[in-house]
Amino acid sequence: MRGARRTSTIAAVAAVAALALAACGGDGGEPESSGSGGADEVEVFTWWAAGSEKAGLDALVKVFDEQHPDVTFVNGAVAGGAGSQAKDLLQTRLQAQDPPDTFQAHAGAELQDYIDAAQIEPVTDLYDEFGLTDAFPPDLMDRLTADDGEIYSIPSNIHRANVVWSNRQVLTDAGIDPDATYADLSAWMDDLEKLKAAGVTPLAVAQAWTQVQLLETVLLADLGADGYSGLWDGSTDWAGPEVKAALEDFQTLMGYTNTDRDGLDWPESQQLVIDGKAAFTVMGDWAEASYEEQEQELGTDYSAFPVPGTDGVFDFLADSFTLPVGAPHPDGAKAWLETVGSAEGQEAFNKAKGSIPARTDVDMSTFGEYQQSAAESFQGDTIVSSLAHGAAVPVATLTAITDATSKFTSGASDLAAFQSELAAANAG
Amino acid sequence: MATATRRRAGVRRAVRRAGAPLLLLLPSLILVGVFVYGLIVANARQSATDNHTAAQATGQAPTTGVGLRNYLDLLGSEEFQHSLTNLVLYTVVFLVGTMVVGFLWAWLLDKPLRGEGFFRSIYLFPMAVSFIASGVVWRWLLNSNQGEQASGLNRLFQMIGLDALQNNWWNNVSVGIVAIAIPAIWQLSGYVMALFLAGFRGIPVELREAARVDGASEWKLYRHVLFPQLSPIALSALIIIGHMSLKAFDLIMSISKPANYQTKVPAVDMYVFKSAFDYANAAAVGTILLVIVAIVIVPYLVHTHRQDKR
Repeated sequence: MRGARRTSTIAAVAAVAALALAACGGDGGEPESSGSGGADEVEVFTWWAAGSEKAGLDALVKVFDEQHPDVTFVNGAVAGGAGSQAKDLLQTRLQAQDPPDTFQAHAGAELQDYIDAAQIEPVTDLYDEFGLTDAFPPDLMDRLTADDGEIYSIPSNIHRANVVWSNRQVLTDAGIDPDATYADLSAWMDDLEKLKAAGVTPLAVAQAWTQVQLLETVLLADLGADGYSGLWDGSTDWAGPEVKAALEDFQTLMGYTNTDRDGLDWPESQQLVIDGKAAFTVMGDWAEASYEEQEQELGTDYSAFPVPGTDGVFDFLADSFTLPVGAPHPDGAKAWLETVGSAEGQEAFNKAKGSIPARTDVDMSTFGEYQQSAAESFQGDTIVSSLAHGAAVPVATLTAITDATSKFTSGASDLAAFQSELAAANAG
Repeated sequence: MATATRRRAGVRRAVRRAGAPLLLLLPSLILVGVFVYGLIVANARQSATDNHTAAQATGQAPTTGVGLRNYLDLLGSEEFQHSLTNLVLYTVVFLVGTMVVGFLWAWLLDKPLRGEGFFRSIYLFPMAVSFIASGVVWRWLLNSNQGEQASGLNRLFQMIGLDALQNNWWNNVSVGIVAIAIPAIWQLSGYVMALFLAGFRGIPVELREAARVDGASEWKLYRHVLFPQLSPIALSALIIIGHMSLKAFDLIMSISKPANYQTKVPAVDMYVFKSAFDYANAAAVGTILLVIVAIVIVPYLVHTHRQDKR
């Protein structure tokens, strides 16, 4: 009896000891000390896990292996939720001071949180080292430079957000010229009205962020490039009459949209247009990939043009790569950034992904028809930062704007309340 | 001297009696203490700071205590009140729905019936499907398009000539959340049925026979003999479904989207705050949720504790 009790006591002590040991073992999981160089591998954290994005990453890795055969590429791609899953995981890893060697992030204001949190290092020196300063357009360099004068990421590709996609058959059936160009939003709305009368959905949108994207293009159309950029540096008054007029246009446009929008993601609303259930949609030019997959021809099946009133303005967003503080393989990361910024890397990546290179010295003749025209606009147009894609404002502001927009489009607030909420969101 | 020795012996005996069980319990006590209660305290402390930005979250900028400011701001904001209203609506409909449907099924199956096992499995089966998976299907069923573009249930209503029943489901900004309770009821009614069925089966046949011999009508038999015996089961079911409902997140996320105002509940708010590096408000929402769940569960725990003692 006594013996049995003693055995159980010993067992219990052993169990506690084992547990304590296991708890201590947790510290062993730290990444090997940084600063040692670590040029033998690079973990690249992205949300490019499927479709054209995966194809682009694969093409980029191929170039990387040629340029840096001694560095092993470790794929840290996280699938799901258009990057939201990846961002959640990244937030956790950075918080736990276990950063990947480099991670994908939208260039521009979205990086501000990482900068404020001292989680990424400036890469301004690398721009000189790799000769990137003259390869990117000056407008883009302005957009990339943070308030402290440093640049924190190297863009791999450029997308344009202010693009209207149309189904030519639907337009012809409704008696509208599919090649019509619209000088401003009100001219466009006249045709949207005709389409509504004809019984098709005039304008397809999806969940909240696509509505924010529509809002940003309306603001851009009504305020002009300078007025729009002024929204982000404080020189345009959010509470003013110009913004109010733009919001009224936004309200009118939302009246032409599909009622099931809040349950859809962008590929589904794009599909409404491709299938002829809707006439127009406003979507970034990554939509081009879905036309290509379904073997649709630009000019015969569909048309693409800048949102009416925004011709000559390039509403840009870019994916870019960073240099996290305390990454285990900083030299590997620099090798990766060199490939990302190189002309060969940008050509291979963008050809596969359907975007355009950030560099202006890449030969575009082998790219697709849409990409060629986009690259031309990128060189000549005024470049402004996209709101919905993190180029214009930090995450917290974008979240507040998205909440206000969803509240407005679901019918819970009126225009005046919407405007004051937007003003409050931008005031911080 | 003698008393001291006696006292020491007493202590030794007490240690020997309590020692081994205490030692065995210690690991789980430590784990629960650190990972449940310790983190609740950490969460509460976080919620009383002004940690609203990424820089503060990593200690690059200072955080200061603001007491209950975050709670007052949250509870005073129209958006969070909307979330709380949604939560109450969802919980009431979900609770009433599962209890009524679950009880009806259990009552029907309690009658001697052929193929009882078959029906039991059918009713219980939806519970095996994850909320995320069923949410994907219900997102399509609850499509808010009407008229020519209708699909899902709205299309079904058209096909059977009940056009008037078409509605915009969860896209209604004031009561849309109730539409999301429908799949939740569908999934968990079977579970409540299983609980009630076990309750019915636990009542000795003699009791029913005795009541019948005494001339009780069928209604009286249920009212005075069976229902009182089922009340502990009903209470358990209420608590289980109730706390699930308060934590509702996955079903809402897979049918709607986190940014959609019409289907916001506190758990979704917490997620959105956390994603925007607003850790203080996320923690405050978490604490509010904990308090709400505690209000439901603590009386139940007290109640069962008293019953055990008796």
